[in-house]
Parts: sequence; structure tokens; C-alpha cells
Amino acid sequence: MVDDPEQTVGESAESDENEPETDGGVRAYTVRLELVDEPGELLRALDPISNNGGNLLSIHHERGNKTPRGHIPVEVDLESPPDRLDDIVGALRDAGVNVIQAGADHYGEEISVVLVGQLVRNDLSNTLSRIETEVGAAVRDLSLTAPDGTEAISSARVRLAVDSGRSEEALETIRTIGSDKDLTVVEPLLGGETA
Amino acid sequence: MKLAILGAGAVGQSVADLAGEYGHEVVAISDSSGAAVDPDGIDVERTLERKAGGDPVGTDGVDDVFESDYDVLVEATPTTLGDAEPGFTHVERALEDDRHVVLANKGPVAERYDELRALEADSRGSVRFEATVGGAIPVLSTIEDATPQAVTAVRGVLNGTANFILTRMAAEGLDYEHVLAEAQDLGVAEADPTFDVDGTDAALKFVILANVLADGGFSLSDATVEGIQDIPGSALDLAAEDGRTIRLIGEATRESVRVSPRLVPENGALAVTGTRNIVQIETRHAGSLASSGRGAGGPETATAVLSDVGRLPEL
Repeated sequence: MVDDPEQTVGESAESDENEPETDGGVRAYTVRLELVDEPGELLRALDPISNNGGNLLSIHHERGNKTPRGHIPVEVDLESPPDRLDDIVGALRDAGVNVIQAGADHYGEEISVVLVGQLVRNDLSNTLSRIETEVGAAVRDLSLTAPDGTEAISSARVRLAVDSGRSEEALETIRTIGSDKDLTVVEPLLGGETA
Repeated sequence: MKLAILGAGAVGQSVADLAGEYGHEVVAISDSSGAAVDPDGIDVERTLERKAGGDPVGTDGVDDVFESDYDVLVEATPTTLGDAEPGFTHVERALEDDRHVVLANKGPVAERYDELRALEADSRGSVRFEATVGGAIPVLSTIEDATPQAVTAVRGVLNGTANFILTRMAAEGLDYEHVLAEAQDLGVAEADPTFDVDGTDAALKFVILANVLADGGFSLSDATVEGIQDIPGSALDLAAEDGRTIRLIGEATRESVRVSPRLVPENGALAVTGTRNIVQIETRHAGSLASSGRGAGGPETATAVLSDVGRLPEL
């Protein structure tokens, strides 16, 4: 993280006046979004970008072209300091905008799994890093509960970002890691209308 | 139709009890220690009273049942795994005599489906087994109406005991052992709940569904099965923080059968509570169809048996 006197971590763009300062170069990024086909959606999606110090370069918006889910894909080219991109993506998500890809990272789908077992004794951080490297997923969030202490059976909920269309494959790999480490993996039910 | 009922447990007794309402006659019923056969129709009430008093249903033997003048054999003996005996032999004998068979026993259709269909092909009788999947819920007849080829997958909750335990664990924050003991006190779980909680019972039903979708080829050994014994209360708490819960979900497709605890949306259709069951049928042309209801119980399952009897052609 580059030093930034104007903004502390976690406090993303509360007002327009508080223009974040940049110290040391900007880079160009392409952010791919999927918007709901409703009036005002595009504008709503662009606000979080400028509010967080992003400089819009171009917007590619093809209204006629829809995704299988009926959303409109939008490609936004922007300039921002490298350490601001996460804030921009975070603010877009907070605004309810579906971010498919930002910079080099794909964020196609999010899946949650619950792991049960001797999580702490079996090296939880190793389990998570195996999930990241072997599955090719980014761990977005982790909740751990160990009601009977860390030496006993505990449970963890892990939220992962995986590439579009790779959820089944990701879950299969997590199953393998789970059986290696003697963990019960509770997977989400994918597919179908209630998944 | 004239019914011969093998097995006088909760389901067999209820079939006998309700047959008259559906316009059928019971000419024979057997339990493990004897049989009652009467070509003019047995006196169901008196026979069941005898049974309730601890006596055999009658003084005849199982062979007398097969020699009686019945149209439909109702196979309601306990489900057995592997060779599915003696249920399979009962079905075989009835089909060889060109009679219809309606099964409430899951064994023969889960473990020996292809052999069963081959026997049916050589018989004037037909085989139906709505009662083996989801008790009172019309599952197989829905698939039959939609045609099996147009169904891509069937998912759902088909074990009330496991679902009851998971529901109570989530609601009360209790652990598996506590809730299991409570379920046993309430009579929701049997003294030996193994097949309910380790997923075997649900797997048998999804194996039957896969056999219907793929026109055979599956038995219990082809299913991937995980139970709920290792799910602690804390896992349900974590799921709830995220708006989800855990259910023992089965999935049957033409390719595979899987039963395992899964994360599902807390307010979604599949998160039925208590002993309720649900099936969701994914179709090619009509989207997803769901129906839920009581997946077990004597009278409930008997209605499925008697609906099957009503769908049989005259011999």
C-alpha cells in the first residue's frame, strides 16, 4: 500500500470535495461491468469511479448486446493510481454494480463454502492458500467459529471469487483439498432456479 | 382391482385400510409370520385388529397369497439393500404370473432396476413405484407426464429425519447429538437412525430417480453419498449469517447421483423445515417444477400406492 495522507483504509470516498490525492503515477485499467437494463443505471455505475479518483477514458456500452442473464455488458477504460483500483471496485460493488473484471483480475462468480473439522490444527492458512493457488480463486472473506476452542471441531465460511463458468471445477478441487485435510466441505447447490 | 399386499407395516396396513375408498378390494395380506387370504375380500378391520393384538394377520402362508386371484401385488415389505430380497423374488413371481406390481419397497427399483424392467417386458403385468420416492408427493408421475427425456435433473430433500435434525439444529443452536436424541424421543428418528442420517435412504430415492431419467443403469453403489453426522451447530450458524442454511440435498441426473449436505438460501424453496420433503424437477421446456409435502408415513405413502393402482391398465 502506497502512503496516502488523505485517505485511510476502509474509508472509501465519502464526499466529492475530498478529492483523493495521488502520489506517483496512474495506470490505465479496463473494468467490465454488467448493468441492469434500467434508466439511469449507467450514470449510477460511473459515479463511484470518479468519486474514488478514477479518470474516465472511454465507455463502451452496447445496449443491444445482452448477456445470457439479460444484463448489458459495459466496458469502461479508466486511469487511476494502482492502489485506488480496489477502492473503485469496492465502491462499485457497494453501489450494487456487478463487476465482472477489473484490471487483470476476473471476478466472474462468487461462491461460499463452509468447511468443518480440525481447521486450526490442520493449518487453516495453508488450507486457504491451497484453495487460492489450486483453485485459482480469490478468498474474499472468511468467518471462523470455534465454540469449543481452536483444538476442537470448528467451522469456517469462505467466500471465494472464481472465474465465470468455473464454479463446478473450483468446488471439485476444494473437495479434494478437503479430503486431503480431513475436512467436511459443505458446498453450495449450483444450478437450478433456487441456487 | 383385487390387491394382494405383502408386508403389514405402517404402509401395508394403510393400503389395506384405504383400498376400499379408492374402489379396490384386498384379497390377501401377509406379514412376516403369516397371511390372510380370502377370494371374496378379507375383512380388513378384523385382520388389522388381530395384527394390533400381536397375532399374525392370518393362518395362511405367503405361497397362498401368490396363488390367490389377485390383479395387483403391493410389495410393502421392508427395503433391503444389495440383492433386494425377498422383495425382488416377490416381484419376479407376480410378473411371471402376468400380474401387476406396485412397490413401496425401494430395494428392487434402486438395486436391480434393469432386471426388474426385463421381467416386466416379458410380462403382461406392469410395475409402478411412485411410493418409493417422496411418500405422498407425486414425483414419478410428474416425470412421467413431462416425459423422462425432457427432465434434465431432479434435486431436493427426500429424508424427513435428516431435515428435521438440521432444522432444529439451526433454530436452537444445538449440536447434532442433542437434536438426534430429541428426534428419537418424538419418534421422528428411529432407534437406529443410520440410514436416515448417513444419506443412504435419500440416496436410494435419488438412485431410483436416476434410473427413471436414464432408463436404468444405477444402483446404490453408483451414488456419491455424504451424511449429516459431521455437521456441527456452528456450521449452521455461519451459513445463517450469510442468509443460507444447510440441507441434505440429493441430485439425480442421467449421469450421476449425489446426496450431501449443501448450502441453500435460507428462504429458498429447497430449505423446507421439519420433516417436510421437497423435489424440484428441472425440465427442458417448462423450467423448474417443485412440489413439497409429506415424504413418509403410512397413510401418506399408501395414497401413492393407490394412485399407482389407479393408473394400471386392466389385465
